[in-house]
Amino acid sequence: MKELVVVSGKGGTGKTTIAAALAALVSEPVVADCDVDAPNLHLLLDPKVQDTEEFIAANVAVIDPTLCRACGACELNCRFGAIGSDFVVDPIMCEGCGVCEVSCPYNAVQMRERLSGYIYTSKTRFGPMAHALLLAGESNSGKMVARVRELARTLTETTEKELIIVDGPPGIACATIAAITGSSAGLVVTEPTVPAIHDLKRVLSLFQHFTIPVMVVINKADLNLRKSKEIESFCKEKDIPVVGQLPYDPIMYKAVVAGQTIIEYAPNHQLSTNLQNLWEKVEQQLDSISRST
Amino acid sequence: MKIAIASGKGGTGKTSVAVNLALSLRDSVQILDCDADEPNVHTLLPLTQDQIQPVFTMVPEFDETKCTRSKNCSAFCPTHAIFVSDQGITFFPEICIGCGGCILSCPSQAIQEGQRQLGVLHQGMTAPGIEVVYGELDVGEPFVVPVIKAVKDQAKNSEGTVVLVDCPPGVSCPMVESVHGVDYCLLVTEPTPFGLHDLRLAVDTVRQLNIPIGVIVNRAGIGDQQVFTYCASEDIPILLEIPHSREIAELFSEGIPFTQRMPDWQSKFRELFQVIQEGIRK
Repeated sequence: MKELVVVSGKGGTGKTTIAAALAALVSEPVVADCDVDAPNLHLLLDPKVQDTEEFIAANVAVIDPTLCRACGACELNCRFGAIGSDFVVDPIMCEGCGVCEVSCPYNAVQMRERLSGYIYTSKTRFGPMAHALLLAGESNSGKMVARVRELARTLTETTEKELIIVDGPPGIACATIAAITGSSAGLVVTEPTVPAIHDLKRVLSLFQHFTIPVMVVINKADLNLRKSKEIESFCKEKDIPVVGQLPYDPIMYKAVVAGQTIIEYAPNHQLSTNLQNLWEKVEQQLDSISRST
Repeated sequence: MKIAIASGKGGTGKTSVAVNLALSLRDSVQILDCDADEPNVHTLLPLTQDQIQPVFTMVPEFDETKCTRSKNCSAFCPTHAIFVSDQGITFFPEICIGCGGCILSCPSQAIQEGQRQLGVLHQGMTAPGIEVVYGELDVGEPFVVPVIKAVKDQAKNSEGTVVLVDCPPGVSCPMVESVHGVDYCLLVTEPTPFGLHDLRLAVDTVRQLNIPIGVIVNRAGIGDQQVFTYCASEDIPILLEIPHSREIAELFSEGIPFTQRMPDWQSKFRELFQVIQEGIRK
């Protein structure tokens, strides 16, 4: 089983568009949307949900006003600023640690399970899909990402498939770490802009930190050819393969509006040819990685 | 006055809006870049002098000689970061959330408050006279929220200062932490189904915090009309439309805020600011 995780560091570089195109090009993939904060892959893959599970990974404190004597012990010990001045817990700030519960001399605090979101098992026109939705303002996106990947692996085994394509989150913190650790390789989508290059370097050091193989695709490459060259030289220096360069073309947005992958929306467009070439290079990399491990 | 610039979806133009708004106002503006995963404000507005200080989180420090092996700390620890056996204490700092419950639960005062670095805080002036503060999470660290808190602690509270908070994407804890306590939230979106989907999530989140909202549509002209229909139906004002333009995208690629080359836009950003002020007073 191979697992390719599409990430970017900077948001909005084209992760979902590219992950969806790969899903359309690969024969029989399993897909997983691990951008649980702001998932978008379902808008292109139109999953039919087969199963929904509630995701409960934390607790939230609740103070019983009839028992509370307003002594302030909970507020003093809470390090997350979750106890309001009127001794009502702000669930958004509450980490569910339970320090308030053990601090309360009147047993007025109760820890309750909190629903962080939902995990879905679905079918798409390309194959099975694992995805999720984190409820507004909830934490624990790292744990949720781990659960989505676990589900995708189970789906891969039960349906005897061989490749998981993961649409990952932006950033480099808990959700991204949960999305890449233990995967076969990462595909970082970048663009030739000063901010994106800054973010690319940080996300590439994250892969280096966890010693996970990684490759780079430059989206909107012709927006700034000089900056694209700069990315190429940087990657060459670090011995990281650049597996493709895609043109800057508003047809990407049109395909999104149509709810289709580029491959379906414009099969004869240059971009589709570029994506086909991209997949061939990614596949070669995945093969050489699996031979070397 | 504090204004957050948030989005849900990444790459919609939050940083560009924050920087261009700051450049259009110029006087008494401070930018707090709370996207400590991938801070970008300083790539558009380089700091002319940069004060750097580490950001720490609380971690327990164990005194094995005082430990009576009660195991109360490991029983309490909500993330199972502590393991106590007859041989000693094993602690996994990278999964500790720093709640301090272990210290409270120890019967023999064997645990002290220690600290561990999670990232750094940068602070300094930029050439146009705008102060920029940004956090930078150490690579490999999962918990970004304490770094965001450290950035927000630097907010100037003086009457005449406009504090612009550039938020991380998403709608989970880092975004909520960044938006928390501001007077107004600008949500930057693009007119596509992706932009709309994530705008809805962001609106739901910011409304829970009871903060007034206004929308900026970036790359106007691509995509469809659904973002406009949604905002009208939810009674959310669209304060500014920035057209889809290769020129703006090319300036961004060079790290140049577009109002520096297209000065007509500065008056539009100043008008935007007037409308935000009225929105806060309501």
